[in-house]
Amino acid sequence: MGSVSDLIIQQIINGISLGSIYALIALGYTMVYGIIQLINFAHGDIMMVGAYIGWFCTTTLMLSFIPALIIAMFFTALLGMLIERIAYKPLRHATRLAVLITAIGVSFFLEYGGILILTPQTRTFPEVFPQTVYEFGNITFKYGDVVIILTTVILMAILTLVVKYSRVGKAMRAVSFDKEAASLMGINVDNTISATFAIGSSLAAAAGVLIGVYFNTINPLMGIMPGLKAFVAAVLGGIGIIPGAMVGGLVMGLVESFVSGIGFSTWRDAAAFFILIIVLIVKPTGLLGKNIREKV
Amino acid sequence: MLSLNNVHVYYGAIHALKGISFEVNEGEIVTLIGSNGAGKSTCLKTISGLLRPKEGTMQFKGIDLTKVSAPEVVTKGISQVPEGRRIFANMSVSENLDLGAYQRRDKEGIKQDIERVYTLFPRLKERRRQLAGTLSGGEQQMLAMGRALMSKPQLLLLDEPSMGLAPLLVKQIFEIIVEINSLGTTILLVEQNARMALSVASRAYVLETGKIVLSGDAKELMESDEIQKAYLGG
Repeated sequence: MGSVSDLIIQQIINGISLGSIYALIALGYTMVYGIIQLINFAHGDIMMVGAYIGWFCTTTLMLSFIPALIIAMFFTALLGMLIERIAYKPLRHATRLAVLITAIGVSFFLEYGGILILTPQTRTFPEVFPQTVYEFGNITFKYGDVVIILTTVILMAILTLVVKYSRVGKAMRAVSFDKEAASLMGINVDNTISATFAIGSSLAAAAGVLIGVYFNTINPLMGIMPGLKAFVAAVLGGIGIIPGAMVGGLVMGLVESFVSGIGFSTWRDAAAFFILIIVLIVKPTGLLGKNIREKV
Repeated sequence: MLSLNNVHVYYGAIHALKGISFEVNEGEIVTLIGSNGAGKSTCLKTISGLLRPKEGTMQFKGIDLTKVSAPEVVTKGISQVPEGRRIFANMSVSENLDLGAYQRRDKEGIKQDIERVYTLFPRLKERRRQLAGTLSGGEQQMLAMGRALMSKPQLLLLDEPSMGLAPLLVKQIFEIIVEINSLGTTILLVEQNARMALSVASRAYVLETGKIVLSGDAKELMESDEIQKAYLGG
């Protein structure tokens, strides 16, 4: 009996670590969707660029984890804003399908541009953390798990405060609700959209660096699968809803780790998309989605 | 204070404003009346910078408004209460007011003005923590007006403030409009409820399919046969 509950607790720990990473990526999907109703399919690849910047910082520049994380987040934020300005902004009044196809194009551009510049070779992250393993009975807790969960909790807390109380956060909420009314308040809609891309991309970069240090290897196509799963997480939580992305990410991580834990690890990707299908059939607005009732 | 001269505005191929000219002097309440689709809202949207005139000039206190973007128009001293109120339903009443002061940095002044708005609309103070979407129609109109006042406008543009409100509430809203004006804000009021609008305004312009067809003193227009027939049901 003991071993079964140990196994469950172990999978919960693994699931939370993995889910934290999905949640960080899902936040970018959901924020961008919230503000311009675009599924930014290049988001997973932006995460990949963040991972490479982190890798460059820890290898070539020999930086430790926190400075590498901050630098990766900063430059990836710039990349996110640049992509928005060049690829999406000219299509602000185009059909949603045109923008979506452009996002897929940006995704391929980053993937194969990455292969061209960085070579398809898999790179290894240096050991940024001590390989300490904490053992409680049969349950093991890696140093990396602690770092992932802690980093995610801190970033989410900062994000929540920014969205709720800061000037740019209020502007983001106003723009995502009603762009025209927001500009009548004196809010610059374009700058607010840029800020949203910057914040979403920097969170993806954090996820990329965490994947790098946790799983050790990175490659130019590493963004595809986590990107898709984070998208599922965002839909599961309710696309456009920030707490939804956090919950959706954690649920995805837990499901995946339990599917692996009971011996179906080859099925774990299928499980993710099975969830997507179920959500779309049963509750397309997602777990936290609700129709805001508004009196007129 | 504000003058439009031969302004033409298009929605794609639709010629919505066909050479509009009018002016608003400091301290006045001026109203634009006309039926649905006459171009009243288009006019306000153009002044606010949401639409660009294809031809014509627009001046506000010596500034050429045709080149000013929507968010900057607010900093120049023009604020709009849009048609349908357009409050941020997913935010609280006080957050909506904060957004009205988005361009301002003087924290103390903002605090004072929030109190001023609460004195003008005591109902908003009672409900300041409530989500704006849960307010009644009249309260939402009050919030939209309070929010617009938070930018300390010299000129307030009001688009159909009576829309969808019970007669008693309409009366109350118009009393407040007069009060806002007496406190020193110039008002440009767009209305379908011509009787109400003419009773508070000093001057009026009548819009029909993108053109101004009549203008003059509000009291005189109220008496005129044409207005009686077309807009006052008399």
